[in-house]
Amino acid sequence: LANHGSEETLALREQFDTVEQQKDASTLGMWIFLITEIMFFGGMFLAYTIYRSSYPGIFAISSSSLNVYIGAANTVVLLCSSFTMVLAVRAAQLGRQKAIIFNLILTLILGFIFLGVKAYEWNEKFVEHHVPGPGFHFVGVAQQGPSQLFFSLYFAMTGLHALHMVVGVGILTWLIVKARQGTFTAEYMTPVDVAGLYWHFVDIIWIFLFPLLYLIDRHLK
Amino acid sequence: MSEHIDSVKTYALVFAGLIFATIATTAVAFVDLGAFSVVAALGIAVCKMLLVALFFMHVRHSSKLTRLVLLGALMWLGILILMTLTDFSTRGLLGVPGR
Repeated sequence: LANHGSEETLALREQFDTVEQQKDASTLGMWIFLITEIMFFGGMFLAYTIYRSSYPGIFAISSSSLNVYIGAANTVVLLCSSFTMVLAVRAAQLGRQKAIIFNLILTLILGFIFLGVKAYEWNEKFVEHHVPGPGFHFVGVAQQGPSQLFFSLYFAMTGLHALHMVVGVGILTWLIVKARQGTFTAEYMTPVDVAGLYWHFVDIIWIFLFPLLYLIDRHLK
Repeated sequence: MSEHIDSVKTYALVFAGLIFATIATTAVAFVDLGAFSVVAALGIAVCKMLLVALFFMHVRHSSKLTRLVLLGALMWLGILILMTLTDFSTRGLLGVPGR
């Protein structure tokens, strides 16, 4: 405490020796959290691997009922949002207030577009009776069970991903409010930085979900 | 962390690469590659993941501790997948229920 008196700032809280140390602690903390998330999603990817290898044919037919062009377009939307997010982080590193807010708002809008498209796709599944449960019926496969397994995994994985997007949207909204108050400067932009890490992580999950759910043996159709 | 601020050009190039890879993975799914199609899909996904992690998530400039933590995560994920798959793929091998 004696080292820097009672001058406590956002960039250097009392418990840290240097600004760098505080920033490293925050970054590492976020990475540790993301690693628990990797294990969390990892379990679902593992379940997917096992059931796809058990019923490759039915998984391929079930997968081909998903609209690949909507899926690809939504992937592009999410990649665009990662690009605007990284520009927001860069703006924060340079302390450019207006650019931080502008890029965060763009990221937020793109996040909403992704969620909107996802909602439209889920609605389609309800209309087509492709939602696992008593009303499930998939035309063209003899065994309904394995097809339901595919759609159970589809809803669980895209649902969990969308839940992370909703949380991300909340974080972005908070960041925009704080940025408008002028909280973030070149010296203190850790919240923007770690929120960026989270947003890109959610993007990476989708990068794997898209080919695994939408693109199984498309040539068969 | 000594700050490395990448140029907008670098980010734009990475972004262009990601869009290109998305188009490539979609296009290659319509080609009959047999068992290799899964390898192609996952290979492209891993490349995209590396681009996002190294550039957008600044792993390129990150501390050794962060990298170590990341490698640890991949190791644990490997254990999760490897152990479960060896169990699942060898069930019923002995023809004795429960073994």
